[in-house]
Amino acid sequence: MIEALRKKAEELLRSKTVDVVYGYGEGSVPERTRPVFITKPEDVNKLTWNKYCVYNLTTYLKKQEARKLGKPAIVVKGCDAKTITVLIKESQIKREDIYIIGVTCTGIGEPPATKCKACDVNTPLIYDELIGEKIENKEFSFDERYAELDEYEKLSEKEKWDFWQKQFAKCIKCYACSSICPLCFCDRCIVDKNQPQWIDPSAHPRGNLSWNVTRAYHLAGRCINCEECQRVCPADIPLNLLNKKLAKETEKNFKYRSGYNVDDELAMATYKEDDSEDIFK
Amino acid sequence: MSDETKFEPRIVAFLCNWCTYAGADLAGTGRKQYQANVRVIKLPCTGGIDPLFLIKAFERGADGILVSGCHPGDCHYNSGNYHARRRWNVFRPLLEFCGINPERIQFSWISAAEGGKWVETINGVVDSVRALGPFEGYHKINAIGPDASSEKS
Repeated sequence: MIEALRKKAEELLRSKTVDVVYGYGEGSVPERTRPVFITKPEDVNKLTWNKYCVYNLTTYLKKQEARKLGKPAIVVKGCDAKTITVLIKESQIKREDIYIIGVTCTGIGEPPATKCKACDVNTPLIYDELIGEKIENKEFSFDERYAELDEYEKLSEKEKWDFWQKQFAKCIKCYACSSICPLCFCDRCIVDKNQPQWIDPSAHPRGNLSWNVTRAYHLAGRCINCEECQRVCPADIPLNLLNKKLAKETEKNFKYRSGYNVDDELAMATYKEDDSEDIFK
Repeated sequence: MSDETKFEPRIVAFLCNWCTYAGADLAGTGRKQYQANVRVIKLPCTGGIDPLFLIKAFERGADGILVSGCHPGDCHYNSGNYHARRRWNVFRPLLEFCGINPERIQFSWISAAEGGKWVETINGVVDSVRALGPFEGYHKINAIGPDASSEKS
């Protein structure tokens, strides 16, 4: 699989189809990988693929430094590929401006990441070249997909409040969650705006709640569940629970799942006349 | 004496300019009485209400919030309230998931002709929030101080 990946990358660079390949390279220890940006065909041996390739490389599509390298080919797992679908829908990239090298994946991380438990995109849904044996994508029911929320939804109001206050109290406002997020691409984030100051910049419980709720909400109907925010959080806040809750509500209310179909209207950019009226008096 | 210490909820109402604000105005010109706990903020359209407005209201000490605009199909800008409806349909469950009682954030459609419905709705909101009591959790995290949030009540 690694050989096929390297061969494809070399071919793309030699034929000048792309200027750079975003991929995974070996890290400092065997259990780690790091993103690599290959611009010369002779460097393709730096590319690797294994179960520690956790990163969602599509986050570099929003970075100026990476964009300056020219037209990219990007190595994506099934989950990462969903990001590209959303970025195309949101007019952040054009389909023809990137070359997608999809890799089939049976789960990453050791122990395996939570997102891999109910993975239904072992084979990416969008790609130009597929590396690895095609895997039949599984199907999960609505309940199975959001099973990890159950124990939190069951809590009483006070327990929920206490749980999240405890979690948010750890937040140090490093904004790693939004820096890593491939879909947090505003040039100027709401936290950087101070006329007025919408979100308290200090790591104070008030601002922490506002920030974490706002970050999650800005991804409503957009988050593709790559879990990168949660992985990079230095305070181990289970941020993905919030994202998942919003994904659940979006699917329940609007029958929309982010990143699965490039033809679907974006959930929060459209409406239906018969959307739920239940909460309105 | 006891009246002075009685809890009076602070309600912030975000109303659209074209329907609910006019409806509230009608209640006033019709000399209808309703509870004076509400602070009205007039905005052009419910579609322009950022969820951050709601969070900000809680940060500044609100005990309950009402968002109200034109009935579906009546929006002055054609579709603003439809977009708002989508937004609140996911935002409210998110706050609920974080442990905020959904009764503290209420939504309604009130037209410019429904002064009576405005009175009914706002009285309903005030009563239900009064029953819930002050939003102590949020008031506590608003307090400046190192351990304001971890303090056990």
